[in-house]
Amino acid sequence: MNFKRLVFAVLLSLALTFTLAGCQGGGKEVVHIYNWGEYIDESIFKEFEAQTGIKVVYQTYESNEVLYAKLKGGGANYDVIFPSDYMASRMISEGMLEKLNFDNMPNISKIDETYLNQAYDPDNEYTVPYMWGTVGIIYNPNMIEDEITSWGALFDEKYSGQILMFDNSRDAMGIALLYLGYSINTTDKAQLDEAYELLKSQSPLLQAYVMDQIFEKLEGGEAAIGPYYAGDYIVMLENNPDLLFCLPEEGSNVFIDCMCIPKGAKNKENAEAFINFMCETDIAIRNSIATGYSTPSKEAYEALPEEIKNNPIIYPGKDVLERCETFTNLPQDILDYYDTLWINLKS
Amino acid sequence: MKQHGSTFKGRHFFTIPYVVWMAIFVVAPLILVVVYAFTSKSGQLTLDNFTRMGSFWAVFTRSILLALIATIICLLVGYPLACALAREGPRLQRIFLMLIMLPMWMNFLLRTYAWMTILENTGLINSILSLLGLPNISIINTQGAVVLGMIYNYLPFMVLPIYSVLVKIDSSVIEAAQDLGANSYQVFLKIILPLSLPGVLSGITMVFVPSVSTFVISRLLGGGKNMLLGDLIEMQFLGSAYNPHLGSAISLIMMIIIVVCMMVMNRFGEGEEQAVIL
Amino acid sequence: MSSTNKKNVFGRLLTAIVFIFLYFPIIVLVVFSFNDSKSRKVWSGFTFDWYKELFSNEIILNSFYITLMVAVISAIIATIAGTFAAVGFFNMKKRPRGILLAINNIPVMNADIITGVSMMLLFVSARTLLRFELGFGTLLIAHITFNIPYVILSVMPKLYQLDNNLFEAAQDLGASWMQAFVKVILPEIRPGIVNGLIIAFTMSLDDFIISYFTAGSQIQTLSMSIYSMARKKVSPEINALSTILFVSVLCLLIIINIREARQEKRARKNNLVG
Repeated sequence: MNFKRLVFAVLLSLALTFTLAGCQGGGKEVVHIYNWGEYIDESIFKEFEAQTGIKVVYQTYESNEVLYAKLKGGGANYDVIFPSDYMASRMISEGMLEKLNFDNMPNISKIDETYLNQAYDPDNEYTVPYMWGTVGIIYNPNMIEDEITSWGALFDEKYSGQILMFDNSRDAMGIALLYLGYSINTTDKAQLDEAYELLKSQSPLLQAYVMDQIFEKLEGGEAAIGPYYAGDYIVMLENNPDLLFCLPEEGSNVFIDCMCIPKGAKNKENAEAFINFMCETDIAIRNSIATGYSTPSKEAYEALPEEIKNNPIIYPGKDVLERCETFTNLPQDILDYYDTLWINLKS
Repeated sequence: MKQHGSTFKGRHFFTIPYVVWMAIFVVAPLILVVVYAFTSKSGQLTLDNFTRMGSFWAVFTRSILLALIATIICLLVGYPLACALAREGPRLQRIFLMLIMLPMWMNFLLRTYAWMTILENTGLINSILSLLGLPNISIINTQGAVVLGMIYNYLPFMVLPIYSVLVKIDSSVIEAAQDLGANSYQVFLKIILPLSLPGVLSGITMVFVPSVSTFVISRLLGGGKNMLLGDLIEMQFLGSAYNPHLGSAISLIMMIIIVVCMMVMNRFGEGEEQAVIL
Repeated sequence: MSSTNKKNVFGRLLTAIVFIFLYFPIIVLVVFSFNDSKSRKVWSGFTFDWYKELFSNEIILNSFYITLMVAVISAIIATIAGTFAAVGFFNMKKRPRGILLAINNIPVMNADIITGVSMMLLFVSARTLLRFELGFGTLLIAHITFNIPYVILSVMPKLYQLDNNLFEAAQDLGASWMQAFVKVILPEIRPGIVNGLIIAFTMSLDDFIISYFTAGSQIQTLSMSIYSMARKKVSPEINALSTILFVSVLCLLIIINIREARQEKRARKNNLVG
């Protein structure tokens, strides 16, 4: 008698049960969504499925660069992706995106025209804006007594061991460049080197390089200060109302994240149906409220509660936005240089 | 095809499907790594990927150092543990063995994640320290935490091979030595240690190789600051600095490090075919 | 090995410490699967909610199902293929066998990340040529590839331990090679095959790195979804799932252990009587 066989029999029967359970989902229309983590109200999927009969398969990534790598070399096959402005521009120039058929997306009319025909997609052929927002410093006043007004706080030895930093090259370098007073789109290697040196000197002060882990760390008082996206600050407040946000005086980055369809997507029409669905006013409102980000939809904005509309962190005034710069795509040699600096920084 | 009076012979053509399989899924991918390592993005032959390697010196030394420390600690803990296990009665042996294997059935990512809960600044250890009025210690996001994660995950890989060699040692050999007047120290040094060497060697490789190439442990417990070779490779393929050519070059060098390590080990142990497995 | 009781105290102490070390994080996981809030550090009351929610969490259930399917199918295929290969390798001339076994050992000895990355390169470059997508198929191929060597390595020693007289006797009695193989050899090497099967299954179940690189975008194994959660926040449903898995494996092992111990006792009794 061998009881290892028993082990196996049990596991096999378990697996078979799951097979039967799994078969029910087969053969349906699907749409594969690849989105930033914490960047959608996941309850809308059920409604989309009910409305269209298309099943949503949902996965998340943590930065534009990871999205790029996964599409480029990971054997990925997604139908809808959410690159930011500069990454959308890079993907367009490298032929990685499908042209959209706007006949399938009548809801695009609801989007405020100021967010269309942006520099990254001048004729608005490839992208539909999803959300926009700014980057700022989020900090815990219980752990940091001073009022933060400058990016300099992230490089301050006083807060050593309490600082978090962006775990992607563009955002991290952007902050260093802003602090040094340069353009975040500089192609001057000397300026980039300077920014790199600044980040290198910051590294020993850091607790960690993070992306979405920052939620837990700041909410729970594990770390005191870190830069992140304004919308996520709004969400963090739900769990820790003490946290403060500062859009530094040196200016910041303002971004638009888009919905796009990668080249060769298997379910292009489903993807367009999904993008169209996302532009529906009540869906846009729910997403905007759940993520804390700012919606580019005119109707959705109008319908938002006053306290959100008038929240200067979510919808900053013109004076603030004038201090902010948008990331643009960089020439290939500078992109390679970014990669080199980034790897060197982290090693 | 009767062969009267013959002993059992394998059918060599049985190997053909597997040999083809290996050629496609083991050898061809490795050749691809070599090809990628020696070409540039535009497909030209180049050595650039290797000339850049100098700037990763810190990562190489850090990975090897941390993996070595983890391996040594695993050996120092694992060997006596394996001896202690081998000395127990058969029933206890079976229970202990089971208990060592059991954690492996829980997802290793999850177990590593649990260490975050324990080690964080506001984690369990520090909460307990605060309760006792003791000063907090910061462990998470240090190299120490990464080594701890390696030891935690790979210690069973050290214990099991050593144990399986130790239990096979014929007790009559030891008794004979004792009869000849050897003390327990001599017995250990002259008999047990040499006989258990194959287990030790395979334990060392089974701890060192995954430790030197991990990217999960360093990511979760090292806070992205203590990059290891695995992180460096992952970063080039699915991470934040896409460049599979450079990634392949680093993989190739790592492979060479592993092969060199194993050759050195085989020198010591005179390469036993079956010593590898648990 | 001979036993001296003095040393056993030290041995027991060490064993105890190591087991505390091994099980401490697991206990933390299990305890917090009953926690009444999403926190993984602060205890705020007892609840079964996460177990209820687990069964409505499609992402977790789906990835668990994929993990199980891959583990079962790859373990079975690898066991069959590996056994045949081992029988083929057996009695091969030393030189070619040495070379083939060395290649066979590559996936075992090589770092997982290199196996994963190299297979990903293969799949990605072949997919445009052969028009397939990375997904369950490539994941399965990868798992079979790293599982076969383990099966071979556990079947080979059993082949070397074979009693040649058995096979000879079978053939003398007129059995064909195939008959003798099935009736005599297979039962003899069965412990090795079963062992290989279990190792393959375990390896496949526990794998993260190779799956991470070869699964493409359509499916996720449990490890992969835990990894993507660990970059934000692992939801306590995962704790609940692991607790269930852990407890069921524990129970299974305890049952096996009790049964085996009983059998041993019976065997000993029989020996005494006989």
